[in-house]
Formats: sequence, structure tokens, C-alpha cells
Amino acid sequence: MSINNDQPDLQRRNFIGKTVLAAGAATVAPGVMLTVANAGSEEGVSSDVRWGMLIDTNKCADGCTACVEACNKENGIDLIQRPEGQSDEMWDAQRPQWIRKVKLRDTQTGEVSNLPMMCQHCEHPPCVDVCPTGASFKRADGIVMVDRHICIGCRYCMMACPYKARSFIHQNVAEQLTGAPRGKGCVESCNLCANRIDEGQETTACQDACNQEGHKAILFGDLKNPQSEIAQALKTHHSRQIRADLELNTGVRYTNV
Amino acid sequence: MIKTKYRELYCSSPRYWGGLASLVFLILLGMGAAYYMEHNGHFVTGMSNQIVWGLPHVFAIFLIVAASGALNVASIGSVFGGPLYKPLGRFSGLLAIGLLAGGLVVLLLDLGRPDRLIVAITTYNFKSIFAWNIILYTGFFTIVGLYLWAMMDRKFEKFKTPIGFAAFFWRLALTTGTGSIFGFLVAREAYDAAIMAPMFIIMSFSYGLAFFIITLMAAYWWADRTIGDLRLARLKNLLGVFVGSVLYFALVYHLTNLYVTQHHGVERFILLDGGIYTAMFWIGQVVIGGIIPLFLLYSPAFATSRFAIAVASMLVLIGGFFQIYVIVIGGQAFPMNLFPGKEVLESSFFDGVVAAYSPTLAEGLLGFAGVVVAMTLVAIGARMLRVLPESLEDPADAECV
Repeated sequence: MSINNDQPDLQRRNFIGKTVLAAGAATVAPGVMLTVANAGSEEGVSSDVRWGMLIDTNKCADGCTACVEACNKENGIDLIQRPEGQSDEMWDAQRPQWIRKVKLRDTQTGEVSNLPMMCQHCEHPPCVDVCPTGASFKRADGIVMVDRHICIGCRYCMMACPYKARSFIHQNVAEQLTGAPRGKGCVESCNLCANRIDEGQETTACQDACNQEGHKAILFGDLKNPQSEIAQALKTHHSRQIRADLELNTGVRYTNV
Repeated sequence: MIKTKYRELYCSSPRYWGGLASLVFLILLGMGAAYYMEHNGHFVTGMSNQIVWGLPHVFAIFLIVAASGALNVASIGSVFGGPLYKPLGRFSGLLAIGLLAGGLVVLLLDLGRPDRLIVAITTYNFKSIFAWNIILYTGFFTIVGLYLWAMMDRKFEKFKTPIGFAAFFWRLALTTGTGSIFGFLVAREAYDAAIMAPMFIIMSFSYGLAFFIITLMAAYWWADRTIGDLRLARLKNLLGVFVGSVLYFALVYHLTNLYVTQHHGVERFILLDGGIYTAMFWIGQVVIGGIIPLFLLYSPAFATSRFAIAVASMLVLIGGFFQIYVIVIGGQAFPMNLFPGKEVLESSFFDGVVAAYSPTLAEGLLGFAGVVVAMTLVAIGARMLRVLPESLEDPADAECV
């Protein structure tokens, strides 16, 4: 090839161009293929379902903590050990609690009621709105949870949650369950036993425990399926959302509170 | 008009290096505290699932707010054309960068997972005001950096005004973002108010200028240079206006809250029976941070006293710190009212009760190290760059100015 020529060497340009294209395709294609393959996957959750709960406070027994204990066991919360030297008060304030029992008295009528409080799985969750990285997210089936891989531990979701439903992990987690991975410095909360749901089960640990105790105060199911027990119950019983004024359309509803 | 000559901040070596060594020592203490908290987890702090943002957040927000305000002087010089402020523009830019860096270091090291910084700067949820803030902070560094360059390099002088305008609007956006972190929280009664954003802007004016006056006076004292009375008087009067405005905004914020029945509980808590928070509000924020500085700045008895200006500026900072403490910690300590009309008899999660918070030494050291980081950057910057005029004597034709 003559070099007495000021024209660009088109063959070489062609070669470079094609190499770049091929390298680009080799890098991007697997990602595209995986995305396309995943799009049609039947494994993912569907928005045809919205999981929710109905809690009958009349049936929630005074002093019973079966749901709390079952939740702790199901999600490995009971495996968290109290750090050495931590005072009782700090342990209570710092340990994670996905579900808690609350006992209330109406200041005018004196009526006493008991209820479990947990993440209310809002349709428009404030925790998801404020999370800077998107670690706090809502699944298509209505479950609100935290992706512990991208949680940076800023705790803004805890500031934003109107239900005080989230816990920050203040210490090392020596032992944990594979079904509920967790770690120091991340935020977590009730995920409606997503691990169970994803395995095809249709009950949560707290519901099972409450039923076993014979109280049957917790009813879990698909709010969108008109035939489901929960949808039927919600249709016939007057229920309410906690802090309904915020218009978050919670997935957890209460009767008789 | 005499041309302003800028010169690096020289003082005797032992004085400079000794000062710097003390600052670095304090930073090392802060780093040790951060390592201790990161290594053990937040259980070694006073923070809990009830008070989730503690003392480090108070320091961080205080410094970030002040950073935006420290740019005021530069803005007045190049955006609003105040001739007495023009020679101070470079130092104002440097201080703004330093304070923001100090605040962000604290914020970052107080995260549960500071090792995930790369996630924080690569994964954004654009609905989150926090995510916007990350962009606003990094943008502030860039714009103020360019602004400083345009002020210092004659070749880029023509860009000074447009960049100055950009920096001015950016700093307003930045403080709007910081205030909105709280203003967008519907869950808690102490927050959820649109006035938070403008209130934070005026707080930034006040704290930023107080920081500016103190560091400027310290730098000139350090290097045996002189500042004229007229210039200091201007800065002093401006600070007085800002301090008054902060008090006014605090008044409007509380009056608005008092108008809303839902917020009566939290108002009673902050203004009357919140214990430490009530004391911090009235004594810290109002008296120390507002009334005494106003008296020192405007009383004819202290008209020419530089000491009074320095003390007033320092009190504005102390009062400002209390103000942020009351907003951040007091706002969380007040219990959320999940069940209106009901009294909580039992709960394992502190429902219906005021949350306790006692900061630990580690939190204090980390937070304070943020202030020291800011001061160290300013000390190094002023030594290496020509940001401070050789003399700030009053111009001869001061009357015309």
C-alpha cells in the first residue's frame, strides 16, 4: 500500500470499527439476553396479587405475644445477641423489632384494645419515596422491603415511616437464616414473610402462630382476589387504616380499633 | 481606587505548623471515633430505633447549612455588586467549600454502611430529596470551585459574574434541599412544614456569615494583617439582620404549628414541657443564639468593639447548633401519634413515650472533627492560595462606597 497518499487508511478504520462493534456486542448482548429472558419469566412476582392483612383487635388477646415470637423465629431476629455491656434500656431501644404488641385505652370511653403493629405495606410507601438509593422498594405484589445490598444505612426511611415499623441493625449479626439475610448497618422491617410467599406458601408466621393459639386475629391473603377470605372479610367488616389521614392505602387493615 | 493585593496567609512557621498539628490531632481523634463506631456498629452510640439521627447528624447539617451561607459574602460582591465585599469573595468561596467538606465527611462516616459510598453516588432514586441533595452537594463543590478559579485567574475573569449567579442560585437550591429533608417528612409532627426550606435558607445566611466573620478575624490576627472598622461594621450589621430573620422565621414556624390542632402536642413539647429540648430552645436558640448577639451587634455601647463582634458571631454559632439539635433530635424524641384519642398502655417499642437520647463521646468526637476538617481545609487553602487581601483597611473614599 502506498503511503504517498493523504487519504485515510479505510481498511484499518473498518477493522477498528468492526472490532469496537464486536466488543460492544459481546459486552452488552448477554445483559440484553438475560433481561429479555427474565422479562418473560414466570418466577417474578405479579401485580395481579396484592398481599395484605386484616387484624381483628377484638380477637387479639391481652398479654399474648405468639405472633411476635413466631416472627422473631421465622426471620432469625431472635438470633441477634445482646452486645456485652449494653444496658436493658438501650437493648430495648436498639434491637430490631419487626412486629410489636401495643395495648391501647380510649381516653374518653376507657375501652382497652390490643393489636400487633408492623410494616403496613403502604401502596404509596413514604420509605420508598425517600430512600436515596432505591434500597427501600415495593414489590409488584405489594410487599414493601429493603434490598440489603444497596442499603447505605442512612436511616432516612426510618425518619419517614409513619408507623415506626423499621429497625436499624446496630451490631454485628453472628448468626442468621438464609431465608432472611441481614447485616450490621442496614435497615429492615416486616416483609410479610416474603420468603414463604415466594416458595408458594400462603400464610405468614405470625398468622400461623395466632391461629395455633386459637385467637385467629390475623388474616393474611390476596386483597385483589375477590374470592380470597381476606377480600370477603374486608367487604363485610368495617376496617380502618392506621393514620388513614396520610392516604397511603395500607395493605394491613384493622377492625374494632 | 487602590487595587487589592492578595497574598498567601503567612505567619511564623511554629505558629502555623503548630496550629495545623493540633487540628490534625483532633481529626485523628474523630477518625478513631468513626472507626470505633463502624467497627462495633451503632450500638456504641446513643442512637437507637427511636432516635435514628443523632449528634453527628446535628453537626453535619449545621456545617452543610453554614457552608451555603458562607458563600453569601462572595455573592454580595459579585452578584449584587457590593464593593466593600468584593475583596472578600475568594475567602468566602474557600470557606464554603471547607465547611461543606467537613459536614459531608461527618454525614458519610455516620452511615450504617460508609463502605457503600460508591452505591450512594451511582444508584439514585430521583424521587428522594436525599438523592437530589447528593447531586446538589457535589455540584456545589464544582460550581464554587470554578467560581473561585474565575475570581482568582484574570484570564477567566469574564466568567466571574455568570458563575457567581450560578453559584448563588445553586446555594439557594442546596439549602432548600437540606430544609426539605425535614419539610417532606409527613410522618412526624415537628417536621412536615413547607416553611422548613426558607427557614433553613435564612439559617444558612446567619450561620455562614458568623463562621465567615470568626475565621476572617482569626486569619488576620494569625497573620498580623489589618481589617478596617468600616468593613467589619458592614459585616456586623448584616449579621444582625440575619439573626433577627432567623428569630422571625422560628416565630412564624411555631405560630403556624400552633394554628394546626394536630401539632399542638409537639409545640407544647418544644415550648413548654420538653425538658432539655425546651431549655435548648429558649436558652440556647432564642437567648444565646438570638437576643444576646442582637444586643451585642446593635447596642451603641459595643459599636466599635471587635471583641463584641467576635463574641456575637460565636454565640450565633452556638445558638444555631442548639437550633439544629432541637429540630433534629427534639423532633424525633416527641412520640408519633399513631392512634389519636388513644393512650398507649403497653408497647415494647416506646410507643407514646418521649424517646431518650444521650450522645456518646464517639459521636461528639466525630461531629466535632467535621468542624476541624473545615477549619484545616481553610487554613491550608489560605496558606497555598491567594484568597486573602494583604490589607483590608477601609478605602479612603469610604463615604462614596
